[in-house]
Amino acid sequence: MTPLTGYLLLAALLFAIGLAGALTRRNAILVLIGIELMLNAANLNLIAFWRYGPHPEALTGFMFAIFSIAVAAAEAAVGLGLVIQIYRHAKTTDLDQMNRMKG
Amino acid sequence: MFSKLDQIFVVLQHWVAGFVPVSLQPIVLALVGVVGIVVVFPALFALTTVFERKGLGRIQNRLGPNRVGPFGFFQPVADGIKALTKEDVVPFNADHFVHFISPVVLLVAVFMGFAVLPVGRNMQLVDLDAGLLFYFAMGASSELAVFMAGWSSRNKYSLLGAMRAVAQMISYEVILLLSSVAVVMMTGSLSLVKIVEAQSQYTWGLPHWYVFTPWGLLGFILYAIAATAETNRSPFDLPEGESELVAGYFTEYSGFKFAMFFMAEYLAMFSVAGLGATLFFGGWSAPVSALSFVPSWIWFIAKVMVAIFVFIWVRGTLPRLRQDQLMNFAWKFALPLTLLNLMVAGLWRFMNPGVVRWVVCFAILAGAYVLMARVGMKREKFGPRSYRYAE
Amino acid sequence: MNVVFWIFAVITLGGALAAMMLRSLVHSALAVTLAFAGLALMFLELGAQFAGFAQILVYIGAVAILVVFAILLTRSSEETGSGVFSPTWLRGLVIAAAVFAVLGWSILNSASALPGATVTPQVDVKQIGDALMGPYVLPLEIVAVLLTSALIGAVIVAMHEKEGAE
Repeated sequence: MTPLTGYLLLAALLFAIGLAGALTRRNAILVLIGIELMLNAANLNLIAFWRYGPHPEALTGFMFAIFSIAVAAAEAAVGLGLVIQIYRHAKTTDLDQMNRMKG
Repeated sequence: MFSKLDQIFVVLQHWVAGFVPVSLQPIVLALVGVVGIVVVFPALFALTTVFERKGLGRIQNRLGPNRVGPFGFFQPVADGIKALTKEDVVPFNADHFVHFISPVVLLVAVFMGFAVLPVGRNMQLVDLDAGLLFYFAMGASSELAVFMAGWSSRNKYSLLGAMRAVAQMISYEVILLLSSVAVVMMTGSLSLVKIVEAQSQYTWGLPHWYVFTPWGLLGFILYAIAATAETNRSPFDLPEGESELVAGYFTEYSGFKFAMFFMAEYLAMFSVAGLGATLFFGGWSAPVSALSFVPSWIWFIAKVMVAIFVFIWVRGTLPRLRQDQLMNFAWKFALPLTLLNLMVAGLWRFMNPGVVRWVVCFAILAGAYVLMARVGMKREKFGPRSYRYAE
Repeated sequence: MNVVFWIFAVITLGGALAAMMLRSLVHSALAVTLAFAGLALMFLELGAQFAGFAQILVYIGAVAILVVFAILLTRSSEETGSGVFSPTWLRGLVIAAAVFAVLGWSILNSASALPGATVTPQVDVKQIGDALMGPYVLPLEIVAVLLTSALIGAVIVAMHEKEGAE
C-alpha cells in the first residue's frame, strides 16, 4: 500500500463517518458537524494529492484546501446562525420535529 | 566578552548536546531549549506575582506581602507549597474527564506559543516559516480550554465566566491578528525571526522599530489593548470579575489545578508581551545602537518586564468595563481603526520615504481616530460613564 | 505508512467516531475538535505547514467555538427524552457504508495508478502569497466577497427580530 492510498482510504472513512452522522443524528447542530467532517475529509484528499502529485510546486491542491477551509468557516457561521434562528422559532433543534413548512 | 555572554545559552545548549551521540543531538537540542523555556518563564511568573502584589499594594496605599523572606520575596514559594498540598476538590456533578483535562490543555497551548518567540539572537526554539500563524493558532486553542473548564464545572458562575471569556477572546483576537498583519505586510514574512531582523538596523544610532511609524504606533496601541483583553486582565477582566462571578471559569478548581490556571494566565501575559515586543519593539534588539553590546536576551526580558509593569499599572488604575462597552469598543471602534491601519500601512509601503509620507499617514490615522471618537461620544458609546441609580 | 500516520489516523478517526456517537452534544463538539486537531497534524506531516496552522486557527479557534456557542444557545446540551438517533438511522448507516464501499473499492482498484512516495515538497509562505496574488487572485477576491456576505448574512440571520425584542 502506497502512502497516498492510506491517506485516501482514511479520507474516505472520515467522509463516511461524517455522512453517517449527518444522516442518522437527530440534532441539527450534529448534522452540521457531520458536514464539516465531510468537508475536512475532502481537504485531506486535496492536500494528499498535492503532496504526492506530479507537480507539487504548482500548489493547486494546497490552494484548493486553503480556499475550502475559508469557505467552510463561512458555511459553519451561516449554518449555525440558521439553527439558532430555527430554535428561536420552533423551540427545538430536533430535525424530526421540524416537519412543517408553515411557521 | 559581551558577544560570548550574548550567545551563552546557545553555547550551553550545544555543550549539553555534545554529550550524546550525533544521531540523538537534534532531540537533545530541542529538549534543552524546552527545559529552558519551562524553567525561565515560570520563574519569571513567580517573581511577577510578588511584583504585582507589591505594586498593587503601593497603588492602593498598603504594604502588600512582606512576611515571607526578605521583603516578602519568598511569598511565591509559600503559595506554591500551599497550592501543592491543598486538597483537590472536584464538584460531584462535574464532568470529571473534561474538568481534569482543561487546565492541561490550556497550559500546553500557552507554552506552545513560546516555541516561536525569539528570546534572543539565535535563541528561538524553532524558526517556523509561518511562525506568527502558529502563535495565533495556539492562542486560538486556548479558548477552547477555557470553555472546557467553565462548562465541565457545572456551575453557573463558571459557565458565565467561560462564555464571557470566550466571547471576549474571540472579539479581541480579530484586532490582535489584524494589527499584527500590518507588521507582516511590511516585513513580507510570517517568521518572527525575520521580523526582528528587519527591525534591528540603526540610523543615527536609533533603531528601525515599527512602533516609530504612524501605522506601527496605532497598531501597537491597538495590539496592547487587544492583548490586555486577550489575557483577561483588568480593565477587561469581566470573565473573572470577583464581585460578579467569584473567579470566573476556574471557580470550581482548587489546589494545583487552580495554580495551573493562574500560571497559564501569567504565561499568556508573558507570551503576548513578548510577541508585542517582537512585532513592534524589535524583539531582542537594543533601543540605541550604542547599547548593542548588552546581551540580546536581557533586552527581550527587559521589554517583557516593562510590558508586565504596564499591565500591573493599568490594573491598579482603571475600573472594569461593562460587557456592552467591551463589545462596542471592540467591534465599532477598534476593528474599523485596525482595518484603516492596514490600509495606511499599505499606503506607507508604496509612498516615497520622507516627511510627506509621515505627515500623510499620521494625518489619516489621527483624523480617523478623532472623527470616530467624536461620533462615538456623541452617541454616548465611548464617553465617560453615566450612572443610573434606582429611583 | 509509518507509525506517525497511524497515530494521527487513530486520533482523527477516534475523534470523528466519538463525535458522531456520543450522547452529550458538548462532548461531541469536543470530540470533533480532536478530529480537527488530528487532521491538522496530518497536514503538517504532509508538509503543508500553512494549511495545518490555518486548520487549527479556523476549525479549533472558530468553528468549534461557534458550535459550542450554538449548542449552549439552543439548550441542546440538556438531555431529551427521545433518542439521539433518528428513526431512520439504519437507512443512513447503509447509505454511508455503501458510499465508503464505493470509495474504498475505487481507491484500492486504482492503487497501481497512484504515484508513490516522493520527496516532501518545500513550500514557504512567500510562495503561497505569490500564488494568492498571482494565478489565484480571482478566487481570493471571490472568497473575500463570500466571507463578507456570510458575515453580514450570519449577523442578520441570528439577530433578534425587532418586534420580538420589544
